[in-house]
Amino acid sequence: MDWYHLILSASFVFIAIILSHRQGLGLEKDLLIASLRAFFQLAAIGYILKAIFALEDWPYIIFLLLIMVYIAAYNASGKLNRYIPKKQSIGIAGIAISLALAVSLILLVSLTIIPFTAQYVIPISGMVIGNAMTAVGLTFNRLQGDLKANRLLILASLSLGANPAQASALAVKTSIKAGLIPTIDALKIVGIVQLPGMMTGMIIAGADPLEAVKYQIMIMFVLAGAVAIASMFAALIGHRLFFNEEYQLLDY
Amino acid sequence: MKLTIRNLSIYRQDSLIVQNLSTQIPSGSLTTIIGPSGSGKSTLLLSLNRLIPSQGEIFLGKTDINTIEITSLRRRIGMVFQRPALFSGTVSENLSYGPSLINEALSITEQQQLLTNVGLDISFLDRNASTLSEGQQQRLSLARTLANKPEILLLDEPTAPLDPHAALKIEELITTLQKIYNMTVLWITHDLNQAKRVSDNTLLLVGGKLIEEGPNIFSTPKDPITSLFIKGELEEY
Ligand SMILES: Nc1ncnc2c1ncn2[C@@H]1O[C@H](COP(=O)(O)OP(=O)(O)O)[C@@H](O)[C@H]1O
Ligand SMILES: [Mg+2]
Repeated sequence: MDWYHLILSASFVFIAIILSHRQGLGLEKDLLIASLRAFFQLAAIGYILKAIFALEDWPYIIFLLLIMVYIAAYNASGKLNRYIPKKQSIGIAGIAISLALAVSLILLVSLTIIPFTAQYVIPISGMVIGNAMTAVGLTFNRLQGDLKANRLLILASLSLGANPAQASALAVKTSIKAGLIPTIDALKIVGIVQLPGMMTGMIIAGADPLEAVKYQIMIMFVLAGAVAIASMFAALIGHRLFFNEEYQLLDY
Repeated sequence: MKLTIRNLSIYRQDSLIVQNLSTQIPSGSLTTIIGPSGSGKSTLLLSLNRLIPSQGEIFLGKTDINTIEITSLRRRIGMVFQRPALFSGTVSENLSYGPSLINEALSITEQQQLLTNVGLDISFLDRNASTLSEGQQQRLSLARTLANKPEILLLDEPTAPLDPHAALKIEELITTLQKIYNMTVLWITHDLNQAKRVSDNTLLLVGGKLIEEGPNIFSTPKDPITSLFIKGELEEY
């Protein structure tokens, strides 16, 4: 596709803008800004990726991955209450996501499923990090909600001599599930309700559909494992965010 | 003295809830804590087993409670809340929870003894705890705490949600259990007649301050605030 045709495709946005105007939705400005942002952000990433793919040195790749992990960790802990220690929650989210990423990459590369080159590592890492981020975010939110909703039960456990891990055992379990469910659901419906973006892109770009499907299946398996690792770590270690050193449940 | 409290102050989210409170609780006594709603009674109780942070000194016997390992402190100072706060599962699982935390099993005989002591039928053991009536759940909650064999029992309005008949039954049960288990009891109640019936000693808290304490604050109140409170003319703080 050339840039000229890409810009022509913006007419679809104008349809949306006109409809929004006619219906008095007041979304015109939002639509315009959002579309411009999508255009410039993705175009920029395109050029950056092109430059990165040319990189052969693994330290650059690792450095880029670390930045991606940090941003993801920051986002994953974004919805936590302000009384929950910020640095620790970003730290735990960061370790959870890195662990998921490290296990995924080490397995993929050592089983020679993919080579350790930027062209493979960066996009796959992007997906692993993005999904792990969502999973950790869901896990943290569920943990925060459950511990608050069951405050009296947690206090009762603590008063009977439980440590934080024992007192929050049930909340830990349900929050791991909360982190995993979207990925499991995606595995169930993929190909029926929706064709994954990556696969669609590959097919349009001229890849053999079967080849695209193979990569997609591989990605989804990797994501299932990665998300499980991230959620489990986030809950099993993360429950401590809600307690202090004195085994007291924080007020939040 | 079982408990010695010196200059205890408690903050919750930056506001001072309990102010500079000092008192002593004799071994084996039953002390009631009374005061208007919001006066800091629950907050005071929660600080005694270090479920919330506090400033000042609390001694269990001659030991500063901050020097006692936290989980063993909480086993020694048991607590029962206004609502039963039972875990989902059977009566037996609830009873065994405390001992199970330190990998101790509670034998069937011990479980039956606990149920008998709190006036529940031993056939309840395998029942789901949620199928019990509110009064029965509160008995189970007491038994669950007693399974840890605490030296001190903290009670936060355990009879408040119950109907008068069930409340009176639980009241009698608590005074009996105190003797069986040889415990020192601190008991928050909003029922002044109950306080008069059961206490060796009473603390009156108003606005986070200890206004008056003693065995006779109902018959011979010294502070005018106490007189007001007893007459029911002090609803909040
Ligand atoms: N977790 C908390 N955060 C902030 N304020 C609290 C908290 N718990 C209790 N308080 C406040 O402390 C005061 C005393 O509460 P409490 O000890 O529950 O009173 P009482 O048991 O005598 O009714 C109340 O004003 C209450 O709003
Ligand atoms: Mg209270």
